[in-house]
Amino acid sequence: MKANIVKEASMQRQKDMIAAHFELLARAHETGRKVVYTFVPGNLTELMLAFDTLPVHPEINALQAGMRKQSAGYIAEAERAGHSEDVCTYVKCDIGMMMKGNIGPTGQKLPEPDLLLLSYTGCFTFMKWFELLREQYECPVAMLHVPYQSTGRAEPAMIEYVVKQLRTEVIPKLEAVTGKAFDEDLLRTLLGNSVLAEDDLVHVLESAKHRPSPIDAYFGGVYYIGPLFTAFRGTPEAVEYYRMLREEVDARQAQGLGPITPEGPIDDERFRIVVEGPPNWTHFREFWKMFYDERAVIVASTYTKVGGVYDRGFRHDPERPLETLAEYCLGCYTNLDLATRVEMIVGYIEDYDADGFLINSIKSCNSFSAGQLVMLRAIEERTGRPGCFIETDLVDPRYFSASNIKNRLESYFQMLAQKQTGHEPVEAAS
Amino acid sequence: MKCWVGIDLGSTTTKALVVDDTGAVLGRGITNSRSNYDVACEIARNEAFLDARFTLFARALERHTDLAAHAGLLIESVRLAFRSEQHLYLLSELEAQCRAFAAELADPRRAKAALDEIFEGMREVAASLFEPGTKPRSDFFRDIAGSQYMSLAEGVAETTKLPFETLLGVYDKSILAVESHVPASSLQDLIERALEVALGSYRISDALKADLRSAVQGVVEMQLVETQTVGTGYGRARLPFRKEFIRSEILCHGLGAHALFPGTRTVLDIGGQDTKAIQVDGRGVVTSFQMNDRCAAGCGRYLGYIADEMNLGLHELGPMAMCSRRPVRINSTCTVFAGAELRDRLAMGQRREDILAGLHRAIMLRAMSLISRSGGVHEEFTFTGGVAKNEAAVSALRQLVEESFGERTINISPDSIYTGALGAALFAVREEFAEAGAVSMAAGGPA
Repeated sequence: MKANIVKEASMQRQKDMIAAHFELLARAHETGRKVVYTFVPGNLTELMLAFDTLPVHPEINALQAGMRKQSAGYIAEAERAGHSEDVCTYVKCDIGMMMKGNIGPTGQKLPEPDLLLLSYTGCFTFMKWFELLREQYECPVAMLHVPYQSTGRAEPAMIEYVVKQLRTEVIPKLEAVTGKAFDEDLLRTLLGNSVLAEDDLVHVLESAKHRPSPIDAYFGGVYYIGPLFTAFRGTPEAVEYYRMLREEVDARQAQGLGPITPEGPIDDERFRIVVEGPPNWTHFREFWKMFYDERAVIVASTYTKVGGVYDRGFRHDPERPLETLAEYCLGCYTNLDLATRVEMIVGYIEDYDADGFLINSIKSCNSFSAGQLVMLRAIEERTGRPGCFIETDLVDPRYFSASNIKNRLESYFQMLAQKQTGHEPVEAAS
Repeated sequence: MKCWVGIDLGSTTTKALVVDDTGAVLGRGITNSRSNYDVACEIARNEAFLDARFTLFARALERHTDLAAHAGLLIESVRLAFRSEQHLYLLSELEAQCRAFAAELADPRRAKAALDEIFEGMREVAASLFEPGTKPRSDFFRDIAGSQYMSLAEGVAETTKLPFETLLGVYDKSILAVESHVPASSLQDLIERALEVALGSYRISDALKADLRSAVQGVVEMQLVETQTVGTGYGRARLPFRKEFIRSEILCHGLGAHALFPGTRTVLDIGGQDTKAIQVDGRGVVTSFQMNDRCAAGCGRYLGYIADEMNLGLHELGPMAMCSRRPVRINSTCTVFAGAELRDRLAMGQRREDILAGLHRAIMLRAMSLISRSGGVHEEFTFTGGVAKNEAAVSALRQLVEESFGERTINISPDSIYTGALGAALFAVREEFAEAGAVSMAAGGPA
C-alpha cells in the first residue's frame, strides 16, 4: 500500500495555524507582544490570550525536535553541560535546544520569555525545569501549585486554593508583565469558544466507538488534540478547525472508512486497542507502522487527555471563569490518582469494545510511569482483556529498541488473533 | 510420508523439530545459530530429518516380531555409531580446512607438522567420544573439537616453536567454514556404515541381519515430504516463509509446553536474550505474557558469558553450583559487569561453587519478577528453554516458586530446549488443516 496518502483539509489548516503562530513568535519583540512559556497539562491558554500574550510550550518544541530527529543532538548538548542520563528527556532536549540558539521547529528563532507561567499538574520535574529556565533568562516566574487529586475528586478546598493563586499570583504577574488590566469579560468570551471546540473534539474522539473506527485515537489523536492543548484554545481559529475536523470524521464514518495512516487508510480493522502513556516521538512513524501493518487501530488513549479530560463531562464554564480554570487544571490526566486512571482505561476498554490495551511506559517520565505495572494487573483483572507492556522514551532515541518492541507487539497481536479465532490447537500424541 | 516442521531460530541455538500428522515428534535437530541463520536453519532441519529416520527405524523394528525386543539397544548403538561417523566426517572437513589455511602461513612446513600432531591427537580421542555411557561436554562439534584443539595446540606450540595464536587463528577461520558448510547428502553412506559397526558387536542370525538391513534400506529410501513449516524465534523474520507461517516464540512456547504437559498454566522460558513468563489456558492458548525489557540481564547468554569467564563448559556450570554449601548473595545480573563481579568475589576469597550458586539464584530472582508481573503461578508450571537443563537454575527456581507461591507442580522435559520448535511444528500442522478447510469452504464445502 504505497503512496495512497490522503491529506485532509483540517491537517493543512492546523499546519497553517501553527506556522502563523511561530511567525508571530518570531516577530514578537518587534511587535511588542509579550511571550509566556508554559506547559501543556494545566495550561491557562484563555487567561494568557486575555492578556494578548503569545504562549510557547517547551514540551511541544521538544517533541517536535524528536520527530525531526534533532533531539539526540540537543540531549547530548545538555548531558555535556552536566545533566544526568536519567533526567526527563523533554527537559534535556529543551535545554540543549536553548544552548544551541533556541531555534524552534519551524527553523525560526524563538523569542525569550517575558514570563514563565508554571502551572504544574502532577509533574514535579516541571518546577525544576523552569528553575533552569529562570536562571537562563532571568525573567519572572508565576507559580501555580495544583494539588494532586489523590481521592479522585477535585475537592472544593482545592478549587478555592487554585482560584486564590490565580487572583494573587498569576493574574498580577500577567498584569505586571503586559501592563494590561485583567479583562474578565474577554476571558468569558474566550472560554465560550473553548466549549465549542471541546464539544467537537469529544465528538471526534468518541467516533472511535464506531466499527470500523474512522480515526486512530492515538497516532492520529496526537494531531487532533494539537490546537486545543496548545496555543489555540479559546480562539475562533480553534473553533473552526474542530468544526472542520468533526465534519471530516463524520463523513469518513458515514462511508464506513477507517483511519488514515502514512501508507493509506485502514479500512478493515483487525484489532481495537486502548493505549496508556505518551507515544515515542523519535520513531513515531516506525512505531505507528508496527500497528497499522497489523491493522491494529487505537480506539482510545489516555495521552490525548493530558491537556484536559473532556470526555468525562468536563467543559470550561464561561459563567465561572476562574473556578473553571482551576477545575480544568485539577482534572488533567497526569494529576489523577492511579485508581481514577484505572477506572478511565477500564471504561475505555468497555465503551470502545477494545480487544486489549497497551502500556507504553516512558523510561524518563516517572510522573506517567510510576504505578503502571499495578495498573496493568488491575485492568486485566477487571476487564479480562490482555495488556501489553513495552518501554520506550519520549525523545531520547537511545531508548527505542525497534526489534524488541516489534517482537513484543507481534507476539501480542498474534495472541489476540489466537483468542479471536478460538482455534483448538492440535494436540501432540506423545 | 507427510511431515510438518517447526523451526526455532534462537539467538544462541537454532532448533528444528519434525512431527507427523498426529503431532507426534519424529525428529529433533539443534545447532549453533552463529551469524548465519540460513545455514543454521538448514543444518538443524537436516539433523531433525535425520533423527526422524531413526524414529521411523525404531518404529519399523518394533513392528518386527523377532527384532522388537532388541529395538531399543540396537537403535542406541546405531545412533552412537552414527554420531561417531558424523564426528569423524566433520573432523576430516576441519582438518582439510586447517591445512588449506596453514599452507598460506609464513612457515607452512612447520605449520603442517603442528597440524599433523594436533589432528592425530584429535582422531585418537574421537573413537572414545561416543562410546555407550559417555556424556559429551557439549552437543556441538564446535565446542568439542574446539576444546580438544586448544589443549593439543598449547603443547604443540611449545614443541614446534610456532606461536599458539597462529594455530588458534587457523582453527577460528576453519571452524567457521566447516560450520557454515551444509554437508552433502551422505546420509545413506553414514547410516549404513553405522549399522555395520553396530552389527559387529551383535550376535544375531544372518536372517535377522538381513531383515535389519532391509528395514534400514526402507527407512533411508522413504520420502519425507515437508508439508508445511512454521518458524519462530528471534531470527524468524529471516525465514523465507509467508507471514502466516511465522509465529512469535511466546505462542510457540505456550503451545509447546501445553503439548508436553497438558496441565500447564504458567510457562517460564529463559532463552539466550530474553526471558518470557507466559500464562496459558487449558488449550495452550496464551492469555498473557511478560518479557524482559530493553535489558537482557539474567538471560541465557549471561551463563554463557560466566562459563567463558571461568573457562568452563556451559554444561559444567550447574553441577559445580550444586556443590555449593554457602551460596553468595549477588545483586547484579548485568552481563557486562558480570566479569568484574566474578573476579572481585574470587579475589575476596569466595569459592567458585558458592559464587555460581549465587549467580543462578540472581537469574531466577529476575525471572520471578516477570512471572509475578504476568500473573504468578497458581497451577502447574513448566520451565522451558536451554536453561531448564541446568540443575542449579532449576533448584533455585523450585525454591523461589515455593517461597512466593507455595508448593506447585514444576514440569521440566528433557527436551525442554525444543519446546518452541514443538509449538511451531504443531502450528504448522494446524495451519495446514486450517488452509485445507478454507480451500474446501471456498469450493462450496465438502461434497
